[in-house]
Amino acid sequence: MSNQNLEQVVRDALFSVAPDLEGLAIEPDETFREQFEIDSMDYLNFIIGLSKATGLQIPECDYPKLQTLAGSVAYLKDSK
Amino acid sequence: VETQKGAIEIEVFEDGTLDKICVKPGEKVPVGHLLATIRSPAETVVHAWRDHEAAARQIARPKVSSPAPVIQTPQVSVARHEKISPAARKFAAERGVDVSSLAPGADGIVGLREVEAYVSTQSDATLDADDQSQMRKAIASAMSRANSEIPHYYVGSSIDVTSLMSWLMAQNQSRNVEERLLYAAPLVRAVATALKKSARLNGHYRNGVFTPTPDINIGMAIATRKGGLISPAILDAGTLDVDATMQRLNDLVKRARSSGLRSSELSLGTVTITNLGHETADFVMPVIYPPQVAIIGCGQIRERPSVHESAVVPRQLMDVTLAGDHRVSDGRTGAQFLNRLSMLLQKPEEL
Repeated sequence: MSNQNLEQVVRDALFSVAPDLEGLAIEPDETFREQFEIDSMDYLNFIIGLSKATGLQIPECDYPKLQTLAGSVAYLKDSK
Repeated sequence: VETQKGAIEIEVFEDGTLDKICVKPGEKVPVGHLLATIRSPAETVVHAWRDHEAAARQIARPKVSSPAPVIQTPQVSVARHEKISPAARKFAAERGVDVSSLAPGADGIVGLREVEAYVSTQSDATLDADDQSQMRKAIASAMSRANSEIPHYYVGSSIDVTSLMSWLMAQNQSRNVEERLLYAAPLVRAVATALKKSARLNGHYRNGVFTPTPDINIGMAIATRKGGLISPAILDAGTLDVDATMQRLNDLVKRARSSGLRSSELSLGTVTITNLGHETADFVMPVIYPPQVAIIGCGQIRERPSVHESAVVPRQLMDVTLAGDHRVSDGRTGAQFLNRLSMLLQKPEEL
């Protein structure tokens, strides 16, 4: 999958958790929490969304790698 | 129905047929106004309306939009167009929409639907401002009342949650993503269990009388993304295990953010928890939400030096504070509750 496709997967997972964010620009290296007030519940649902879209069972210890858009794309790429 | 707390779903507890709708969409009515009548199978007319405690104003809300603040909307006079319905003309005038620019519907008439569709494409900024100020007003009024009427006392403890967090990590390692728990779930479960022995912290105070309730309906303070705050209750929290508590929390948060809360969730809370979460502050001194008589505040979990088995070691600690209504309970009640809570949290596998 290309980087662009992976980025779309991450975006879709994020926007399904926070539909009001759709259309907003995402800073690739800033954490979701800082940019959008994503709390722990939102974040867990984001991970669930990513997991469903990619079939990956993302372990908790990997969460720190998925705090930003850039980090998430890189993680998904490495896992393919 | 649109209230100061946002749009909520009115629940009906009677079986029957909707007999008569007394209020039109978009209409503003005072609290207590009859919304509809239901004909029960036995043909008796039953009122569908349930009184809502904190709402100052009830507005039946059309699905698409809600009133923009009057100050910002310029007065637009709507031309007397033959091909516009009276309802559409009125709606357009309220929203400051220039009807002459709207295309008519399939029947050649500019109807309510055409105006609504146009309004929904406009920016939501003013809509949010109005929703926000209504919610802020509701919070201001409840908190002012709490501060002036309720004599608060406070007790607090730094609770060691190292065992809780290790248990949680082990649990989540063996669970699929969709089944994982946040620490809030066992925390709420422990609070519910501890409250079973604290009758004077769970109930309502009205007109000089405290009424304890057997049900433990825990209000959860939830932040909505644009600075709002609302506390819908997990009903019967005392009957739910940790997994069920997690599901309810998730569901509640989702519906709080999408205006899907039910009136019973907003009016039946018997106690409240305000859980700050990650990267916040160490402790909170919360304000009781009347007519409740207690509120539990949980600060962020932080690793700190602590004494454990006679050695100074790093442990995970969380500062929990309880505010109690001094007309109903005293420091000892609150302190005993916190002690019980702390003991329960040392054995998360038994929650």
